[in-house]
Amino acid sequence: MGVEVAVTDLTKSFGRQTIWQDVTLTLPPGEVSVLLGPSGTGKSVFLKSLIGLLKPDKGSILIRDTDIAHCTERQLYDTRKLFGVLFQDGALFGSMNLFDNVAFPLREHTKKSEKEIADIVNEKLEMVGLSGTEKKLPGEISGGMRKRAGLARALVLEPEIILVDEPDSGLDPVRTTYISQLFMDLNAVTDATFLIVTHNINLARTVPDNLGMLFRRELVMFGPREVLLTSEEPVVKQFLNGSMRGPIGMSEEKDQATMAAEQAMFDAGHFAGGEEINGIPPQMQPSPGLPERRGVARRQQRVLAMLHTLPPQAQAAVRRLMAAEREGEERARHAADPTLHEDPSVQRAGLG
Amino acid sequence: MVSLSVSGGVRQAGSLFALFLDVFRLIWRRPFQYREFVQQAWFVASVTIIPTALVAIPFGAVIALQLGSLARQIGAQSFIGAASVLAIVREASPIVCALLIAGAGGSAICADLGSRKIRDEIDAMEVLGISPVQRLVVPRVLACTLVAVALNGMVCVVGTAGGYFFNVVLQGGTPGAYLASFSALAQLPDLYAGELKAFVFGIIAAVVASYKGLNAGGGPKGVGDAVNQSVVITFLLLFVVNFVITAVYFQVVPAKGQ
Repeated sequence: MGVEVAVTDLTKSFGRQTIWQDVTLTLPPGEVSVLLGPSGTGKSVFLKSLIGLLKPDKGSILIRDTDIAHCTERQLYDTRKLFGVLFQDGALFGSMNLFDNVAFPLREHTKKSEKEIADIVNEKLEMVGLSGTEKKLPGEISGGMRKRAGLARALVLEPEIILVDEPDSGLDPVRTTYISQLFMDLNAVTDATFLIVTHNINLARTVPDNLGMLFRRELVMFGPREVLLTSEEPVVKQFLNGSMRGPIGMSEEKDQATMAAEQAMFDAGHFAGGEEINGIPPQMQPSPGLPERRGVARRQQRVLAMLHTLPPQAQAAVRRLMAAEREGEERARHAADPTLHEDPSVQRAGLG
Repeated sequence: MVSLSVSGGVRQAGSLFALFLDVFRLIWRRPFQYREFVQQAWFVASVTIIPTALVAIPFGAVIALQLGSLARQIGAQSFIGAASVLAIVREASPIVCALLIAGAGGSAICADLGSRKIRDEIDAMEVLGISPVQRLVVPRVLACTLVAVALNGMVCVVGTAGGYFFNVVLQGGTPGAYLASFSALAQLPDLYAGELKAFVFGIIAAVVASYKGLNAGGGPKGVGDAVNQSVVITFLLLFVVNFVITAVYFQVVPAKGQ
């Protein structure tokens, strides 16, 4: 089972500039979470703080009883073995070919023979669709391939927490969806905890179990995806719609005057861009043939337990989705077993 | 990023010193990266040997020319050889060595680590639970130090040969007098001190270059800035350290003939 990451009151600043403050969130074990935010809100800084590459000024990051923000270097290195991190450009070692890149963590941290290493590396490379490119150097392949190779390297040590920095940067929408499918499949197989940092709306709407958003130096919200996707918060709505109408401006935030001037412009008929996006699209599922994601059941329990604390429209959405899901299951069961509907006693007898 | 504030400067100096300590601590951690060490030693040697030889020849020549005219004026031609060996072994060769280790070797190390840093390779390495200091910096520091010591020997030889050539062939000095006076002033501790300087310069140049490389930021321009700063800082440090070592040397080792 994946590992829970509990972040409490995290604050980070560079010099006098506060990046974000008092960020509190918990990544539920084995679930997929996405952190959204406009460019320059410190999403990558947050990711780097989670792995201890940057020291936060205040707060704690608790992973299996180790506080990453205040622990010894040895503890830090030990805890990092739980992590797999996919950096924006894959962060492959430029001097090694893909095989050596993926084999690197195994050679460093395990006593496996070269034969075993080759088996694992080939398996991971195949998983990300890179068989046959083992001998290529990172400089010789495309950005998408580098990203997938970086993912393969992040996976060889069987991490329990996988952090992904902008999986969509430099990829077309189709490839982004393929890589999202890969995340879902991985989550189903390994039950690892995922945190994906992105500003891709499509990915944010269809992939995660939990959604959060950073803006104006703080965490606007974090919770089950239904909460953010049905939110009426102007920042969230503007971001999801990709429109100019709202508090997010070209430089991070707008002042009153700019906002009023823009509003006048939009009222006069200028198109604010973007597209009105409503509702909750179906979530991506693991490929057929893979086990069910164990996080889903845990999440259902968790969301039901906290349902009364959610905003009304989110509650309604959760209920609607659960009802639809039950109906879907029922229908699937009926389709699979035609006798069930006609005579329930037959099935009982069969089971007995 | 150049910070002109006092606290910024102190912080930089502190972090640099911390890296020195880290390097010293992690030198003993196994497994030692032999491969990286040999590759880096070869690399630093290949970028420094030819420039060093080419700088050493005119350096020896200049010393010979200066000394030649001075010595003739005071009628001490027979000591030209002695003085030129002394100047080259004691001062010129460690300085030439320092300039080239910092300018050629250090800048290459800094550019290499800096470009890895901005491609997130260093972060990726840390996340994979491997210390970049142990893996990358320690072999580079050792390689740079080894090459600096070896280069110092080479500069002594090439510089002295250059001095001989200019004095004997171009200024019409007597070969016998030049060679015979070699050991009149110079002594073996001079060579030891020169090698010690080269050793210390090698360590400083490599650690400063690595420090600047590992802390590069802000894209390709950041790497360029880091290289520039690393060369400047190394020069400053090396000349100060050179002065200190020389001052101590004169206190510790008595001059010949006293």
